[in-house]
Amino acid sequence: MSLPILSMILFAPIVGVAVITCLPQTAGRMIKMVAGGAMWVCFFLASLMFVNYDWRVGGVQFIEQLAWLPDAGASYSLGVDGISAPLTLLMSVVGLSGIYSSWRIDKRIKEYFILFLLLVAGVAGAFVARDLLLFLLFYEVVVIPMYILIVVWGSTKRVTKEYAGMKLVVYLLIGSGFMLAGVFMLYVLANPAGQRTFDMTVLSQIGQSGVIPAQQQIISFFLMMLGFATLASMWPFHYWSPDGHAGAPTAVSMVHAGLLKKLGAYGLLRVGLLMVPVGFKFWAPMMAAFGMMSVIYAAFICLTQSDMKYMVGFSSVSHMGYIVIGIATADVIGLNGAVANMFAHGIMTALFFSMIGHVYNTAHTRDIKDLGGLAHQMPKAAVGFMIAGMASLGLPGLLSFVAEFTIFTGTFATYPVVAVLAISGIILTALYVLRALADVLFGPRLTKWDALPDLKAPEMVPLVLLAAFLIGFGMFPSLLMNVINSGIEPLTPLLVKIKTAATLCGGL
Amino acid sequence: MIGLSHYLLVSAALFGLGLFGLLTKRNLIAVLMSIELMLNSVNINLVAFSRYTAADASAGQVFSLFIIAVAAAEVAVGLALAYAIYRGRGTVSVDEIDWLKW
Amino acid sequence: MWAEFSLTHAWLIPLLPALAFVLISFFLLSSPWLASRLAIAAMGSSFILALGAAAAVLTQGITVEAPFVMKTVWFSMPGLSVDMGVLVDPIAATLLFVVTLITLLVLIYSTGYMAGDPGYCRFFAFISLFAASMLGLVIATNFLQMFVFWELVGLCSYLLIGFYFFKVSAREAGKKAFMTTRIGDFGLLLGILLLQITFRTLDFAELAVKVPAYVAENGAASLTFIAILIFIGPVAKSGQFPLHVWLPDAMEGPTPVSALIHAATMVVAGVYLIARSFAIFSVLPGALTVIAWLGVFTALFAAFIALTQREIKRILAFSTISQLGFMMLALGVGSLTSSMFHLMTHAFFKALLFLGAGSVLHALHDQADIFQMGGLRKSMPATCLMMGTAVLAIAGIPPFAGFFSKDEILVAAAHVSTPIYLLASLAAFMTAFYMARLFILTFLGKPNPHNHPHESGLAMLVPMGVLAVLSVVGGIIPFAMGFGEWVRFGPAHHAGIDWAVAGASTVISLLGFALAWYIYGGGHTRSNDLTIKTGALYTWSFNKCYVDEIYQWFNRTFVGGLARLSFWIDIHALGAVVDNAWRGTGAAGSEMRRLQTGQMQQYAAVMLSATVVLVILLAALTGSLVKGGQI
Repeated sequence: MSLPILSMILFAPIVGVAVITCLPQTAGRMIKMVAGGAMWVCFFLASLMFVNYDWRVGGVQFIEQLAWLPDAGASYSLGVDGISAPLTLLMSVVGLSGIYSSWRIDKRIKEYFILFLLLVAGVAGAFVARDLLLFLLFYEVVVIPMYILIVVWGSTKRVTKEYAGMKLVVYLLIGSGFMLAGVFMLYVLANPAGQRTFDMTVLSQIGQSGVIPAQQQIISFFLMMLGFATLASMWPFHYWSPDGHAGAPTAVSMVHAGLLKKLGAYGLLRVGLLMVPVGFKFWAPMMAAFGMMSVIYAAFICLTQSDMKYMVGFSSVSHMGYIVIGIATADVIGLNGAVANMFAHGIMTALFFSMIGHVYNTAHTRDIKDLGGLAHQMPKAAVGFMIAGMASLGLPGLLSFVAEFTIFTGTFATYPVVAVLAISGIILTALYVLRALADVLFGPRLTKWDALPDLKAPEMVPLVLLAAFLIGFGMFPSLLMNVINSGIEPLTPLLVKIKTAATLCGGL
Repeated sequence: MIGLSHYLLVSAALFGLGLFGLLTKRNLIAVLMSIELMLNSVNINLVAFSRYTAADASAGQVFSLFIIAVAAAEVAVGLALAYAIYRGRGTVSVDEIDWLKW
Repeated sequence: MWAEFSLTHAWLIPLLPALAFVLISFFLLSSPWLASRLAIAAMGSSFILALGAAAAVLTQGITVEAPFVMKTVWFSMPGLSVDMGVLVDPIAATLLFVVTLITLLVLIYSTGYMAGDPGYCRFFAFISLFAASMLGLVIATNFLQMFVFWELVGLCSYLLIGFYFFKVSAREAGKKAFMTTRIGDFGLLLGILLLQITFRTLDFAELAVKVPAYVAENGAASLTFIAILIFIGPVAKSGQFPLHVWLPDAMEGPTPVSALIHAATMVVAGVYLIARSFAIFSVLPGALTVIAWLGVFTALFAAFIALTQREIKRILAFSTISQLGFMMLALGVGSLTSSMFHLMTHAFFKALLFLGAGSVLHALHDQADIFQMGGLRKSMPATCLMMGTAVLAIAGIPPFAGFFSKDEILVAAAHVSTPIYLLASLAAFMTAFYMARLFILTFLGKPNPHNHPHESGLAMLVPMGVLAVLSVVGGIIPFAMGFGEWVRFGPAHHAGIDWAVAGASTVISLLGFALAWYIYGGGHTRSNDLTIKTGALYTWSFNKCYVDEIYQWFNRTFVGGLARLSFWIDIHALGAVVDNAWRGTGAAGSEMRRLQTGQMQQYAAVMLSATVVLVILLAALTGSLVKGGQI
């Protein structure tokens, strides 16, 4: 295809930013519509890309390449494979939903949408980049709009929004510091001076060929893991995440849980597993154990939370644990499940935050103890809550089930103990999700909430869109799984090769 | 026979005097003058090295001229600052000028 | 032609109600008449198709060994391929028939029972969704497909128990049902995963071949473990001890829901799962023993609790648990035929009992305590007659439906183990007693002057009538037609009646009736005396043996405790490390800034000393200040 579709996906939000910059601060509605339009274009193009991605052929498709920094071996190089194509689609869906979940923003509208679109563009760039330097650039860029969005438009509950924002930045930057060291170690070790390159494909080939000694790979991956796993909120590096969720405005929580954390998992997979496989294998048992801790520990904490955003925040830590475990299996089935769960959890958690955002915007509280019987006043939002909650506890018919089942199957073969403990998380998940649904939606009608409006036209967009993806892919998972598998299956020789590589403590 | 080391000794002595003045004088004007002494010691160094060791004697002299010009400018700015401080605070004592602390 | 079409289009059977659900929930939420008619039309078509499929099974010689299978790949990747499909064999055909029939009748009944309810359309939508899920479960070709629909029926059960979501009790009951079955799903999922890992397939047909071979080669130990894990799922779903606690509370849902989901269809899904995978269980005697004993214990335990309950639907709920115990026990002693037979007859008479109870509650404006009822035979003759039929059927009086199925179970149990047989007979005795107690207190005796009952309308009575007929003939006709020839596992089941067992069980049931009549026939005095005399035993039974309280205590203490501990660790251990690390950085900074005195001469002195130190260092490193003899 000659159309530079990935560039167009990437630049759609940026063009939106450019247009909004020219609009006056007072044209609030216009700004929202421009932002929405930009994301609709982005979504449309991403869907087109996803549909046109030929999974029978597989490999990297829609390649674009322009020279950028030839001396350093970096280029403006885009392309998607079976792993990043679904994630690019996810980015556009969550981004678009985020715009419509922000419809009630009335403070500094212009700045808000500029920053939000930049945030989305950053995520988009990281997913479509085929150049490691470009990837890192976008990866780092997202932190800045995140911080400002939390500190200016956030809300202060258990902790202040400034604290939450600062904690997020400190965590992510410290993580990135280690990660950059690891990545540059790889960059330097992979090629002698003068021939160095940031091309991901080349680096993957070199990394997999065994040129880099195991010892260096182990160090390099450990450094990368500190960065990527922090962003993926793996226990015990998750501490920034729930506060970040709780402090952030709705749409930022959606992007944070739905996209940013996936970026961490994507990094573990794309940069970690593919470029330093032996190092990855060495640390994999530890990641699996930590992932299992995330699942159980965060699920237990969810039981104690009465702020819904904290609950979903911890719940996303818990669900990210499944993804980390899936990646740590280094097994075709486990990886398939992990990528599928990145997509499924991204959609599901975005829907959850969107609905919580609606309740919070109208009722000005999101404390489970204060709310109750909201199904009387807002039946549509209640449906959204139900779908999100059911997806969260892995109900079949919704995509999350397929993803989780696949992860479990993959994990059982590799780490049976971890698998059993992680699966017990489904009981805990049901416990806290059902508690929240029951206490917020059901029960006697409370007259103090009678004035609350239900979802109105623009606010229905996130519900309809996200639910459609959850249910559609949930009923016909092969639409998604075929694409993902076309990215994972070619890794089989690599995965077989590293099966016997040394691991920490000899595996669990 | 006067050689390079004699020039360097004179220069070092001058530099030491300037340094001593810089560290001990309480008056801002005196401190500025001490700095001038140090700059001039450097000038002597440059000219001497240039005369005795360099193939092309002019390079060190050009540097010296540059330093003289810069020093003149610096004194102009420094004295102006000193004057401004004096007008604002009624003092040119350096131990009272500590607004940049913490 | 019709049978052939029905069989090859069996996927339509679940699809039609699913379509009804979609249409109602998107377009018909505010048009009750259309919504209910649409649901009934869809269900009726499914029923006709199910009949056709059953006819095809009979005429085309489809057996358990050679089922009709159609399937397509749901999703696949190297090492894991999951199908969705249709599997019709005599077992599935029986269930298809029962589920579509009862659903259809309940839908018709509900047009009367639910009339005027604000959630009328929602009700029909949910029931349609439930029917679709249940039928999808019945025709599942593999464990995962079954699990998918298994969870979906759980969802529908949750939604329908909590149908009156403004009631806190209904809300909590729904939550409890979901939670309890979730615990079972944990075991079931583990079992399924282990099967997938061991055999690389979840297909029932393939497993039926691979499992016996595996057992022959590797012994039964590991598979028995897997089978027991799988069995945890049915334990929760079919209300077996100790995961039965949700079923009595599930009666918070509307009565038609109790009849359909929590008596006739969904709760038997567990039994069906075991039956469907009987090829696995039948080669694992250890697992079968566990199932048999748990089944008989549940039958006894629930019957014991049912003896003293006062709410009409609660009695029926414990009765359901007890009867499910019978079905499990039948499977445990290896008689798939009798289990499926009892499943079918139980669906008829238990649905009838619930619909009858609904009719009573409807008439008495939700007065549920049977001790407040009495004498309803005069005001509600039709309901009384039909309930009476159902009571006779469940007690196993010949020639009613329950007699034949219960007899087969007892015969099968007697063949395998005498203690199980005796305990099952005791449970049957208690069944007769508490059902008679319910009937006597409700319909006989003196009318309670506070009640103003009236007979229910035709929409409610007609479905009950159909079920009443089936409760009479639903046992003898299949028995005569050779039910065991078709619905079986292994060799065809003998079709005779063991008169010793049959006679004994009939006598036992009649004894139960007599005892109930003796105690409750003449007012409440004897029963009150008995309550006092039996003391602790009565209290235990009335309080359901305190199982709920134990769970609550466990949940509060352990789960809640661990949760609070985790949160404490998060804030005070993990969090404290991080927060203190960065507070430490800040504190260090605020101390170090004191070095910046603002005294420029101090700065200059520091610069000088630093230069001197550097020069000395350089000298130390290079060995000498002087190089080559020159200064």
